[in-house]
Amino acid sequence: MASRKFAAFLFQKTFNSMKSTTVTSLNALPCATWCRLHVQPRSWVSGKKFSSSVPKPQKQTVKVTFILRDGSRSEVDATVGDNLLDIILEHDVDIDGFGACEGTLACSTCHLIFKQEDYDKLPSKPTDEELDMLDLAFGLEDTSRLGCQVIVTKDLDGMVVTVPQGVADARSGPL
Amino acid sequence: MNIIQQLRQTIQGPQLTWCIARAVKLSTKSFKKEIDLFHSIRYNFGKSFSSSGTFYSTSSSACQHVAIVGSGPAGYYTAQKLLKSHPDLVVDIYEKLPVPFGLVRFGVAPDHPEVKNVINTFTNTANSDRCNFFGNVELGKDLSLKDLRDAYTAVVLCYGAAEDRVLGIPGEDLPNVLSARSFVGWYNGLPQDAQLPVNLDCESAVVLGHGNVALDVARILLTPISILEKTDISEHALEALRRSSVKRVHIVGRRGPLQVAFTIKELREMTQLPDTRTVIQQTDVDGIDKYIQDLPRPRKRLTDLIYKSSVSPGEKEVKTWKEASREWRLVFLRSPLQILQDTNGQVKGIELAVNRLEGDSLKNQRAVATDEREVIHCGLILRSIGYRGLPLDDDLPFNNSRGVIENKNSRIKNEKGLYCAGWIGHGPVGVIVDTMTDGFETGKIILADIQSGVLESNDEHKRQGLLKSLQAKAITFSDWKKIDRAETEAGAKVGKPREKISDIQQMIQIAKS
Repeated sequence: MASRKFAAFLFQKTFNSMKSTTVTSLNALPCATWCRLHVQPRSWVSGKKFSSSVPKPQKQTVKVTFILRDGSRSEVDATVGDNLLDIILEHDVDIDGFGACEGTLACSTCHLIFKQEDYDKLPSKPTDEELDMLDLAFGLEDTSRLGCQVIVTKDLDGMVVTVPQGVADARSGPL
Repeated sequence: MNIIQQLRQTIQGPQLTWCIARAVKLSTKSFKKEIDLFHSIRYNFGKSFSSSGTFYSTSSSACQHVAIVGSGPAGYYTAQKLLKSHPDLVVDIYEKLPVPFGLVRFGVAPDHPEVKNVINTFTNTANSDRCNFFGNVELGKDLSLKDLRDAYTAVVLCYGAAEDRVLGIPGEDLPNVLSARSFVGWYNGLPQDAQLPVNLDCESAVVLGHGNVALDVARILLTPISILEKTDISEHALEALRRSSVKRVHIVGRRGPLQVAFTIKELREMTQLPDTRTVIQQTDVDGIDKYIQDLPRPRKRLTDLIYKSSVSPGEKEVKTWKEASREWRLVFLRSPLQILQDTNGQVKGIELAVNRLEGDSLKNQRAVATDEREVIHCGLILRSIGYRGLPLDDDLPFNNSRGVIENKNSRIKNEKGLYCAGWIGHGPVGVIVDTMTDGFETGKIILADIQSGVLESNDEHKRQGLLKSLQAKAITFSDWKKIDRAETEAGAKVGKPREKISDIQQMIQIAKS
């Protein structure tokens, strides 16, 4: 019986300390909504929206499919006239670290790779400044572009775009 | 039975049966087992309140707290990955300074505000209930690495490369021979460099090194004040730059145009600086055009820009350069031998050896000094030949020549539960995307180790005890928001995005007000 009492005592002690720390664990609870709202970069933070797209009265959309890093596909109705960074943010396409500089041409995290035929149809050619940033991107290809610089047009309906792997291998600078 | 009734209200199913069974047997088990039980109850509490609906599949996920040392990009990106991919893991970020964001705040040049947009993402991460910031807490002083390892599931060292490499030549300790790192800290309001004695009362400056930091400091020296005064550059630096006499900056490297370490974006900015001429001697680039076509694209475009800026600059550049009142010169194949001083002990120039390159591989060619010597007259010398990390603890495996902690895929050699990310693990190279990828990869590896059971859950009592001992001193993220507000308000009064506070006591005072 003595050992049983001792067990109860230990248990009581444990339970009490557990109660006192429960507040912390409550605050620290998981929340899928939180993940959506807080972990992924969003350009609405602090009211700074560098690559904003003004809502148009009549939205014309085309289908754009993104092949994500894990090989899964995400098809969205992309508004004609928007850039691909905004489209990805608007549709909550989950790509880690996408658009870190918020579309200001200061990083290469919105790197996307196009099929040659789609690349040729893109409405603008990359500027020197875009190519300069692309040069620092992982897995650079001849048909690479930065999503923040690509405006969706009607011609691009059905386009399939690949999100390249973010491999940790390009730590050696520009060569 | 009272205890079991209480438990029944909070825990149901097999866990409850298991808990009761454990409780009855407990008297014959060791005290360690009681701790295990405690964790299992906590785990069930977590589960019962989980709103995500999905539970981490193994019981090893109970009570997972990860400590991150350093609040720069490596720290925040690692935290981001951990929080996003685990439903209830908690991250505590420790920072030596009262303010977060490391080199994004203190390294990124003030005229590159776009790069600082990453702070918005870091702030999102920091605003999580599961992410805590403890500023003004220094490892090795306020707490030890052992304290952290005892209290956390895993500890991630992200404290960067704290030291700069030195030349080891005569005259290096003269006044106005400065490390570019300190100079950057000076214009970015880093507390330890706010009082740096910078004298810009000379026409010519020399920057040693061909990396992005070299171009950054040269650009700040040459950029018109009308541009700088709209940035978050520190007021003391702005005031000194207003009175600056510097008209010419020589950027000197040991090797040739095919081996430069800066990136093309920074070079292009230099060629387009208002009222500033780019000077690259044609003799230095003679013959490199024949290699350009065969180089990989990034190096190809970079080399092409160096070549064209020298041989055939565009019309717009030619016009600007013709009328410019300032200039920068890209100087190749020179190694510093000694710094020359006048009779008053002031810098008057630098003696350089003229090098030639040896070796077949263009990337790895070595510079070998010839007998030829050259002197560049100057009154300011900025040394920008690289940073290196420092060991935090004598027991950690450290690679002294590279200045990094020995690690494989972010796991520190032979140290279970200890990881590193960013420059302390991989050396001070790369831009934000590199550190971001590194942080994410490190996060993934820690999660994999939790999932596979390599890492055990931590002792929450110890963590709580540690946090309590730091409570009075630590600056939390909401404290930082007060500093942030004070800085942006002060900046708004003078037309700047922010006026950084560079005094630690003042920071603390505002934070604790």
